[in-house]
Amino acid sequence: MLPASLDEAVAALAAMPAAVPVAGGTDLMTAVNSGLLRPAGLVGLGRISEIRGWQYQDGHALLGAGLTHARMGRPDFAALIPALAAAARAAGPPQIRNAGTLGGNIATAAPAGDALPVLAALEAVLLIVGPGGTREIPVSHLLAGREMLSPGELIGFVRVPLLHAPQVFLKATGRTGPGRAVASVGLVLDPARRGVRCAVGAVAPMPLRPLEAEQWVASLIDWDGERTLAPEALEAFGDYVAMACVPDQGDPVPPAVLQLRRTVAVLARRALGRALTS
Amino acid sequence: MSNDAATATPDAIATATALAAAAAGPQPDAEAGEPRGIGASVMPTDTRAKTEGTFPYAADLWAEGLLWAAVLRSPHAHARILSVDTSGAVAMPGVRAVVTHADVPGAPTHGRRIADRPVFAHDVVRHHGEPIAAVAADHPDTARLAAAAITVEYELLDAVTDPEQAFGAPPLHPDGNLIRHIPLAFGDPEATGEVVVEGLYRIGRQDPAPIGAEAGLAVPRPDGGVELYTASTDPHGDRDLAAACFGLEPERVKVVVTGVPGATGDREDPGFQLPLGLLALRTGCPVKLAATREESFLGHAHRHPTLLRYRHHADAEGRLVKVEAQILMDAGAYADSSAESLAAAVAFACGPYVVPHAFVEGWAVRTNNPPSGHVRGEGAMQVCAAYEGQMDKLAAKLGLDGAELRLRNVLATGDLLPTGQTVTCPAPVAELLRAVRDFELPALPKDSPEDEWLLPGGPEGAGEPGAIRRGVGYGVGMVHMLGAEGTDEVSTATVKVHDGIATVICAAVETGQGFSTLARQIVQEVLGVDEVAVAPVDTDQPPAGPAAHGRHTWVSGGAVERAAKMVRTQLLQPMAHKLGMSTELLQVADGAITSYDGAFTTTVAEAMAGKELWATAQCRPHPTEPLDAAGQGDAFVGLAFCAVRAVVDVDIELGSVRVVELAVAQDVGRILNPRQLAARIEAGVTQGVGAALTENLRTAGGLIRHPDLTGYALPTALDAPDIRIVKLVEERDVVAPFGAKAASAVPVVTTPAAVASAVRAATGRPVNRLPIRPSAAVVTGG
Repeated sequence: MLPASLDEAVAALAAMPAAVPVAGGTDLMTAVNSGLLRPAGLVGLGRISEIRGWQYQDGHALLGAGLTHARMGRPDFAALIPALAAAARAAGPPQIRNAGTLGGNIATAAPAGDALPVLAALEAVLLIVGPGGTREIPVSHLLAGREMLSPGELIGFVRVPLLHAPQVFLKATGRTGPGRAVASVGLVLDPARRGVRCAVGAVAPMPLRPLEAEQWVASLIDWDGERTLAPEALEAFGDYVAMACVPDQGDPVPPAVLQLRRTVAVLARRALGRALTS
Repeated sequence: MSNDAATATPDAIATATALAAAAAGPQPDAEAGEPRGIGASVMPTDTRAKTEGTFPYAADLWAEGLLWAAVLRSPHAHARILSVDTSGAVAMPGVRAVVTHADVPGAPTHGRRIADRPVFAHDVVRHHGEPIAAVAADHPDTARLAAAAITVEYELLDAVTDPEQAFGAPPLHPDGNLIRHIPLAFGDPEATGEVVVEGLYRIGRQDPAPIGAEAGLAVPRPDGGVELYTASTDPHGDRDLAAACFGLEPERVKVVVTGVPGATGDREDPGFQLPLGLLALRTGCPVKLAATREESFLGHAHRHPTLLRYRHHADAEGRLVKVEAQILMDAGAYADSSAESLAAAVAFACGPYVVPHAFVEGWAVRTNNPPSGHVRGEGAMQVCAAYEGQMDKLAAKLGLDGAELRLRNVLATGDLLPTGQTVTCPAPVAELLRAVRDFELPALPKDSPEDEWLLPGGPEGAGEPGAIRRGVGYGVGMVHMLGAEGTDEVSTATVKVHDGIATVICAAVETGQGFSTLARQIVQEVLGVDEVAVAPVDTDQPPAGPAAHGRHTWVSGGAVERAAKMVRTQLLQPMAHKLGMSTELLQVADGAITSYDGAFTTTVAEAMAGKELWATAQCRPHPTEPLDAAGQGDAFVGLAFCAVRAVVDVDIELGSVRVVELAVAQDVGRILNPRQLAARIEAGVTQGVGAALTENLRTAGGLIRHPDLTGYALPTALDAPDIRIVKLVEERDVVAPFGAKAASAVPVVTTPAAVASAVRAATGRPVNRLPIRPSAAVVTGG
């Protein structure tokens, strides 16, 4: 089935509850091809033009769930939400970025999903459309399983604030070419609320927010002045984030955990450093 | 990249041209049209089809009324099979046959070298992914579901996954856990040096990861035999193995070789071919199987994970006195080629260096890990990483430059290997090493515009210039060519000329190594014809042996040359007789036949018109002998050498490594096809980069953890460095046809050692494990 609007898609899912919605199919179809998933039917979302772009709404951007990574990586999008654009550009080879979508990245909710820490740091809100109308769920609630999609519901839009301030996404992978994140960090500055928001991806089933570290470092920043921090403060922030997001897992702490913690600390330190100097 | 290679090697290519001219061959630049003959960059005939996606691979085969096969594989690394109940599968609609060990009519076990592997496991499974049963059904999904519906009751057994535990563990197989032990002793055990360095090295499990997964089609024959259409790289070996298991005479099994989608080891796991053939024989229908990527990772053989302990003794000037080493190779559950791999590891344990005293003890042991087998440069690659690590340690201890220390020890023609074999072939190791050492270093990132930087971590990645350290390191490696230790290496080829068109019939498989192009070049060279076809390979032709260790360039190339020369004699004989001179006084070049004095000239086309000439010839290199109880013997026909200088950038906080440039100098004997040679070297170097940095098939308790190309990270275009072929040394190996040496394996062997050496230089860390993990390249407290 290839509905042309969100309403048609919802109706199609209501008519055939066993059907599975598919957007880019970069994750879903590998599951189908390897025999892990045998959907009774597919509802293709590729023809729904209303979710392929974005619009503005009260200082926010309402991003269609069907935005591809390739589209989000372009300069016009990068001017709006730089960290999400950076994450989209880092998300796999061009073939994957041309097909894979923002909504798909959220629905798959893979621990290493590149857009997820950025959305968590942006405190994005999902607009879920379903038979009962539209409801809103914070992205972190969905990723943590606190609220779930009901049968027949779809992610229609993602609402993110337009912060007009530097944002950074960094990831560590095993190779120079595109690869799955070992750890990733999304970090955004919110000068209006005098906040630093940061989320660490790939180290846990969902992105983790080091709230205390965020508050501590935000309190050190001179928001009305230069917005710079001493190298020691950046270093301490990195360590703080890493300690908060990577638990000990035993005593003595296993070397692999120490290495992951070191990686997260470096990424968080560099991310904040880049955000404050750009 | 080929442009880079061409600009880097003008001398070498010019030499090749000169040599070709000296050998009365056509000069590639001397005439318009396609280059032809030895020394020219003749293009493969399948390039266009491969780039356009129309080249037929085994997975594209089709036959009317075919059935689809699926193989049930063990989910455990080690378990006793209590029962196998196939009734659920048999009862499924669409299922046409289910076969288990009870349905194997012939030999219950097989193996390319030692028959120790069951066709289907029946009492015990010894590794994750071992075949237990196979199903043929009218739809691939039905076949898979039916395979999943077979109920197997297991009693889990302790899996032996640490090769060091294999010695003391209960036998995993009736043949025992020790597959081979070589205690090599050479020289005086009491000798000592003034400087001693020790090291422990671990090499991971590289997968051949062919771009096309295994696939095949089995078609039953009216005479009760079967034809197997598959991308086999050793068709006659596979035929004999299959016939034994099917209980048929070899003549009733025919292996037809289809397009080979990548082969850097033994291609086509018999674990696929045998079930296919059995199902075809059972159902009387063609049966097809195309493996998933996961099955491919589970089924085929991998590079031997190896543990190496070394102690090097040297004098105060850095000259090696003694090398002591212990090498433990994890063979996995079955013997396969492990005995040969171990021989190479032990024989080359000291590297291309002169070592007066060597004591090397090697073991290949059985474990419940995934099976190990022939992968390009096996044995030689693992020890290269270790002995080059030792050379770096020695250089550091003596305060010498790494290249200088190596140069003080390099091997040359006439020196002895620790096996007691004299190196009789060209061994220009010092020349190779000097060439890479003296080549200009690449520019630092800070010398180029910021937007052109490619830091570790990739474009727009996490890399930060302040944390990047550059390192330069060296690796020198060697491999043997052709089968070792008394293997009968023989190949047969037929050359046919009909109306000026030549055909080569030889069962040497074109695996991408370029054999069919080379065969065309040889015939063009000898007979002066333009058009040469290479016939498809099947087992109705005489055997040419497996495609490994560069043997087809040597043995099959040699057979083609001999056959072509015999045809030439047949062609020239009548003419020579008429002119009253011997055939040697007539030259064939550029499509013309000319007498020595130039008085007589005719064209090849004219001479061949209306004639059909055939000749068949064999090539068999000089024999070798097995290593004896002390690891001594003339085990190798020929050796090839290579030097690599690696330049790496390391992000010392994240431990991410990017190989910036690899400068390669290689001992190639003679350049037969410059473009093809450069491509083979670049491919080998890139495979070596994978082994150095990312390629490791990880297991936990013997179970393969990520059998997919996301978990198993191959180098991408961004990971592949600039490859500079700075020198190709052409010293002809007089015993090899054309004097050429095999080129593909030795860069794979040497590159990982060079990359590790460069990371050592950048970080000051020991780097004693491959692939190099980020934690090994992090500098803390700095």
